Order: sequence, then structure tokens, then C-alpha cells
Amino acid sequence: MQAATGRTHKMISYAKYGYIFIAPFFIVYAFFMIYPLINTFILSFKENGTEHPELWVGLQNYQYLLFGEAGNRNANAIQSQFLNSLGNTLILWAGNFVVQVILSLLLAVWFSDVRIKIKGTGFFKVVMYLPNIITAASVAGMFLMLFGNTKYGAVNSLLLKWDLILEPFKFINDVWSSRILVMLIQSWMWFGNTMLLLMSGIFGIDPSIYEAAEIDGSSGANTFFRITMPILKPIFIYVFITSMIGGLQMFDIPYLLHEGRTIRPSLETSAVFIYQNFHKTFNYGYSAAASMILFAITAILGVLIYRFNTDSTAPVKKRKAK
Amino acid sequence: MADSYNNSNKAYRRNLMIHSTIRLIVCILLTIICLLPIYVILINSTRASSDIIESGISFLPGADFFNNFSKLNDPTIENGVYTKTYNVLIGYRNSLIISGCSTILTVFFSALTAYGLTVYDFKLKKFATGFILAIMMIPMQVVSTGFLEFMAEIKLLDNYLPLILPAIAAPAVVFFMLQYMKSSFPLDIVEAARIDGCGEFRTFMQISLPIFKPAFAVQAIFAFVTSWNNYYTPSMLLVDGDLNKKTMPMMVSAILSNDKLTDYGVRYLTVLLSILPVVIIYLALSKFIVKGVALGAVKG
Repeated sequence: MQAATGRTHKMISYAKYGYIFIAPFFIVYAFFMIYPLINTFILSFKENGTEHPELWVGLQNYQYLLFGEAGNRNANAIQSQFLNSLGNTLILWAGNFVVQVILSLLLAVWFSDVRIKIKGTGFFKVVMYLPNIITAASVAGMFLMLFGNTKYGAVNSLLLKWDLILEPFKFINDVWSSRILVMLIQSWMWFGNTMLLLMSGIFGIDPSIYEAAEIDGSSGANTFFRITMPILKPIFIYVFITSMIGGLQMFDIPYLLHEGRTIRPSLETSAVFIYQNFHKTFNYGYSAAASMILFAITAILGVLIYRFNTDSTAPVKKRKAK
Repeated sequence: MADSYNNSNKAYRRNLMIHSTIRLIVCILLTIICLLPIYVILINSTRASSDIIESGISFLPGADFFNNFSKLNDPTIENGVYTKTYNVLIGYRNSLIISGCSTILTVFFSALTAYGLTVYDFKLKKFATGFILAIMMIPMQVVSTGFLEFMAEIKLLDNYLPLILPAIAAPAVVFFMLQYMKSSFPLDIVEAARIDGCGEFRTFMQISLPIFKPAFAVQAIFAFVTSWNNYYTPSMLLVDGDLNKKTMPMMVSAILSNDKLTDYGVRYLTVLLSILPVVIIYLALSKFIVKGVALGAVKG
């Protein structure tokens, strides 16, 4: 080519710099994430516990976790524990998501309403994001003391003082009150974040659409369901699925919210299950198999994000262009 | 005609007034809910334990803040449990070392990676970009078993390296920086620098990085706060229980899970001290942070 055009100098290729610049990322990622992932995969096929850690057992760990085994008490115990942890994860995540999304959607719509301005929006945003910045371990400790089981817990002492209850209520030990507490703490921490995400989506909507709707006499609720929600759909799905993936990782709050030595079984999420198995009981096989199951769920959810995002953004753009 | 217009206008305005008042009230209530727990912690850390036990919640500070603080640092109280499990200066130091190093690594190497993927053309570019997008969602929990086993094998347990070095590969930050560079980094600058005989690394270090600085400051704040707040990884890897290595969140959880420590004033104080640095950073930089939250995510 170059000879044909009569040029004598060579084009300088900068491609190698591309490889050099991205190399550190990929080397470190391979070392600290990919190899551990493969290692987890391998460990999930090995014997449990500390007696024969090198013994290959095939799919036995998966079988025990998901189906148990007739007549094998240990296997059935670990199965019920694992399924319980999946159920807990789902309950805690769903409860937290409903509260969090209703709140943040409402606030996002309010804060970006051009017709009815709220004074001090900037201040409210800063305050509402604050809980997200605080260390989760400290948040757990904070609520543990506020909702302590004994009469010295702040809420209990208040309720006793007002004679609303006779005995201190065991907020932390009761199954449902502890779950609701975790849901509320999670919502408390995350609604500001979700609100800001949704707001950025709403600000992307052309204000002239709202003006047109107002001139046509569309009511507030109608505008919300017919205009805001359809346009927000992609970012809403993004929030939904990232929150779900985040929910699968829920660890700090459920793990730390207990009085005494052992964690509450009603709060044992999958992440806690995994942690307990490799940290406390050294059952690497179980924790690895549980991790791989969690990985499969995360991967499916991740694929869904891309599917939804590519499917549903197209009509929105068209509508905007009109 | 004019009268009826005025009337409807008045009704419309009153309607708006009512709506905005309701909204303001809800917002104020939420503000209280957001701040109340933190306020209670703050107040109770200044009260003596006996006072908290006797009179429950109070909205006025007590006078025992320094008393609580000296109890926390007194090795003779409770057989020295406090000084054995919690030391605020060591906690700050350790958390600061880990978070500071991670932040610098994350921001620098993410910028480097994103720059490499934006400025240069090479065969694997598309694959590399797609790969980084695909792995963004993989959570640490999923690989932790293999990670822990691997670190134990190469004798890196109880060492800060596996807490700091993985920060070099932060897919979400790379993703943000890719978006940013695509939209607002003029590639002509790189060309111009080349013509002037500037080497590729020098172009990145001395010309491109200063341009990115303001935009990446937000990412740096987030990286720092995330790392500071991380409880999972440090508690997984630092297993020998040495106080000198523990991070702040680990110390707090150690104090709180010890139900023999019943001095409530001191317990509240430990929580307060652990959240203080991030709250101060947040309040000082809240404007950037609130703007920055949505930046990374929207474009996805």
C-alpha cells in the first residue's frame, strides 16, 4: 500500500500503547477476581470441612444445598439453612425495595416538578443522601442501640415511659420486627441514592412534553402514569435490577444486627450464609457452591439489564425526537 | 368573565399552595427521620451511661463527653476491654491507609485504562470495553471463598495488600471515565502533543490527567467513602485479631457485639467516632457528591 502511493515513511502504530495502558487493569483483575472465581468454582466440587479438603465430590455440595439427601441429617440441615437464607434475602430485599422506591419516586417527581417548587430542595437532597454515606457497620450499631431488646434501648425506654408497653419489646429477637427493622434500615440508607438516580432520569425528559400535557388538561396523576413512568422505564428497570443484585449481597446490616454471640436466623441472608460457612465453620465446599449459585442468579439479572435497556430505550428516543 | 377567570386563578393558586405545603411537610418529616438517629447518637455520646439508663432519650446534650472519651481510652476499666478492642487513632490510621491508597490506585488506573480504550485503536479494544461492562455487576461475595483460599495459600492473610491492590481494577469507575472521555475529551490534544514530540505516557500524565481532574474528584470521593465503609473484605482477610491492623468498622462491630460492655455512653461514642470522618467529608463536599451520584449510572 505504502509503496504504491509512493510514500517512503512508515505510519507509526500506537496500538501497543493501548495494550500497555489497559494491561494493569486486566492483570490485577485476573489475579484478584478471575482466578478467585475459578478457584471458587473448583472448590465447589471438593469435599467439605477440614478433614479431606482435597477430596473431589462432584456435584454433591450443590445437591446438598439445593435438595438435601434423604436420611442424611447434615445435608438436610444445610439445605434448609441455605433455602432459608435465599428466602430471607428475597424477603428483606423486596420489603426494602418497595418502601425505598415509593419514597424515592415520590420525592424525585416532587423535586423536579416545575409547577410546584419546594423550598430548600438542595438542602433536602443533601440530607436525604447522608445516610448512604455512613458506614453500614456503624448504622447497624446505631439501630441496635436505638431498638435494643432491653429496657435500656432508646425506643423501648421511650415506649415504657409513655406506658405504651409494659414489658420491653424484643425488637431484635422477634422474627418479623427484626426483618422489618432491616428493611427500614436498608430503605433509610438507600432511598436518597435511588431518588437521585430517578431524578437524573426525570431531568432528561423534555419539559415541553409536560407543558403540552398541562395545556391539554392532563391531571397530575395522569401525567405521572402516562408520561413520566413510560419515559422513566429504562432507568427504573436499571434501578430495579441493580438494587436486586445489591440485595443479593446484603451483608453488613443483617450480619451485625444481633445482641449476643450468634446472628439472628431470621436475618441470615445468602451473603451471610456464605461468610459464615467459610469464616466460622470452614466449609469451603458449601460456601463455594452457594457462591456459584448466587453468581448464576447475578449473571441472569445482569443479562436482563442489557436486554431491557436495549429494548426499551429505543421508543423513548424516538418519542423525544418528535 | 374576568371575574370568573380571577376566581379560578385564585382556586388554582390555593391548590398550588396546599400542594407545596404538604410536600414541604413530608420533606421536613423525612429530614427528621434521616437526622434523628444520628442526632441521638451525638447526644447520647455526651451523656453518662446512668443518665441514659434512667431517663432514656433526651434532646439536650449532657456533660460527660470527655468522661466517656477518657473511659474509652482507660486500660483499667472492664479489664482493659475497651483499649484492647477499640483505639480511635489506630482505627483512623488503618482505615486512612487502606482507603487513601485504594482511592489513589482506583482513580489513577481507571483513568489510565479508560484513556487507553479511548485514545488508541487496537484489535482487542472492543472486546476489552465489552468485557469491562460485563463484569461491572460481579459482586465480591461471589468470589470471596476462592479469594480467601487463594490469599491464604500465598500467605497474604492479615496483610493490607489484598485490600489495597484490587482497587487497581474498578470496572464501574472505568465505565464512568469512559463515558466522560467519550463525551468531553478532545482527542486533538493528543495529536498536537504527538506532533510536538511528547511521549505517550507524558501526554497522559501531564496533559490529559490535569484535564480530567475536576471530573474525577467525585469518583475519588466515592472510592474513598466506599473503601472506608467496607466491613466485609477487611473482616474476611484480617483474621488474627490484632488491634493494630483493624479498620474502623471492624473495631466498632467488635465493641457492639460484645454485650458485656454495658456503658451506653461509651458505646454511643464509639459509633459517633467511627462515622465522624465520613460525615465531615460529606458535609464539606456535599454539593459535588449529590451531583455526582447520578453521573455514572444514567448513561448505562
